[in-house]
Amino acid sequence: MSGAASGPPVLRIAAAGGGATLQDRGRYGAMRYGITPAGPMDPLAHATANRALGNPPGATAIEVGLGGLTVAAEGAPLDVALAGGAFRIEGDGRALPPAVALTLRPGTTLSIRAGRSGAWCYLAVAGRIDVPPVLGSTATHTRSRLGGLDGRALAPGDGLTVAEARAALGEPAMLRAPWLDRPPGTIRVVLGPQDDAFAPAEVAAFLDRDWTVSPRGDRMACFLDGTPLVHARGHDIVSDGVAPGAIQVPGQGLPIVLMADRQPTGGYPKIATVIGADLGRLAQGQAGTRLRFRAVSHAEAVEARRAEAAALEPPVVLEPVVRTAFSSEFLLGRNLIDGVVG
Amino acid sequence: MTTPDPEPPGPPRFLDAGEAALVVEFGASVDPAINDRVLALDAALAADPPPGLAETVPTYRSLMIHYDPLVLARDALVAAVEDRLARRGALRGRGRLWTMPCCYDPALAEDIEEAAALAGLAAAKLAALHAGAAYRVYMYGFAPGFAYLGGLPEALALPRRPSPRPPHPPGAVMIGGGLAAIGTVPMPTGWYVVGRTPERLFAPERAPTFLIESGDTIRFEPVDAAAFAGLERRAAAGEVVAGRAA
Repeated sequence: MSGAASGPPVLRIAAAGGGATLQDRGRYGAMRYGITPAGPMDPLAHATANRALGNPPGATAIEVGLGGLTVAAEGAPLDVALAGGAFRIEGDGRALPPAVALTLRPGTTLSIRAGRSGAWCYLAVAGRIDVPPVLGSTATHTRSRLGGLDGRALAPGDGLTVAEARAALGEPAMLRAPWLDRPPGTIRVVLGPQDDAFAPAEVAAFLDRDWTVSPRGDRMACFLDGTPLVHARGHDIVSDGVAPGAIQVPGQGLPIVLMADRQPTGGYPKIATVIGADLGRLAQGQAGTRLRFRAVSHAEAVEARRAEAAALEPPVVLEPVVRTAFSSEFLLGRNLIDGVVG
Repeated sequence: MTTPDPEPPGPPRFLDAGEAALVVEFGASVDPAINDRVLALDAALAADPPPGLAETVPTYRSLMIHYDPLVLARDALVAAVEDRLARRGALRGRGRLWTMPCCYDPALAEDIEEAAALAGLAAAKLAALHAGAAYRVYMYGFAPGFAYLGGLPEALALPRRPSPRPPHPPGAVMIGGGLAAIGTVPMPTGWYVVGRTPERLFAPERAPTFLIESGDTIRFEPVDAAAFAGLERRAAAGEVVAGRAA
């Protein structure tokens, strides 16, 4: 394999199923000018992959969707870490657990494919993926063609130069990150800002009903199927600001949760807002996932956010991978309803 | 006929948008007086931001405040907003006035004939009406640098298209839904492209990256296709070609 004999190593994209993008923590500070923050769909998993390698939690990493991704190191070995949904990971033809860190040696490949649960997986690289920031961020927003590699998804043949690369891990190690084991189910919300656009009985129905994640979702929005909600007085409001996790209800009555690629402003009533600590978990729900919403107070939402921040404060512990741990039992056990990696 | 006295401005509503964003809502309509209050609070917070305030997004009728609730408690944020509202002299100065070159030649204004037919006007009359108005920059949204402009003459208040047209070019001057706008990043749109400006409202490689602020006023100055071409070359080289008065 050719590749740089000298100079920094390169992470080469060997195959990409679409939907893999570079994301740092997001592009903040210019929402007032119509700039979408973008950033990771599951910020906790993104930060975990980075922290496992000693990177800053918001460093640029690759977000891999259900289309999957295969990469190879060129020029020198690279430490990489993966965290997110229960994807199928193969390093040099060997099955690996879904939350793992390892040294990727030139001539070997790492493949990431959709698995039993989860919709997004993060591939972090020890060092700095060297792409120019736009308005202070490398986050890719494909709709406005900003950030990442010319504002587009990664494609086969792309090469990512890694500055200050490190390669110290050697054998694959599992990430001990119990906070990523978040079963689907109940998603906490703070009601508003426009819950008064619905009769109290409709707000109650929103909280009592089961909702199903629709296959129509993307980085912009998570669409929900179920029994439509009825507005109290029309579905048009004069546009106002949109927060992450805002649940807008357009005319047809089915809730839409606004995700990382949302526009900063919008014109439908927002019945509730998913709390920060639960938004990544919602994002990990594959099509068909059933969920319910539960209203919590602002104070409870802040407490959940504080707990999440605290989990990431100490270094992420790496444990040797035991060969027997690759059994299908292991893969099935992780990230499922009762799944605990112990 | 007498005009009723405007309602005295009441206190704003504070609405949570999750635990990390607060909406300060001054009204429910598109109204320059309401928008003025939004922008005054925005300016007052920018001049003296409480620690933990992340960024603000002014809209027609409300200010969205994004904040870190682990640094800035909700109650402390509300108190800070009430404090800034109570301070006299925090009122924002008048916005700037921009003169934006605009070519209404159908070669560049792809939908002007269609829009004129819908409005029951000749294309030249539509262009004259459009260029004769002063437009208030209410807010941004939808796309980078995409500003919503109020002040469109009634005769040009066409509804939006039932389905979007193919992506507009950068600099598209558009009307739709009773508003005007200037497009930046090419995107499909339900609006009608009735002109094209060589100016770039959003240019990531230029300082300033965003040319105009909410609260500014824009007038369009008709230019022919030849003048447009010359101005576009200058804009492409990074020059600001719109005129500006304080």
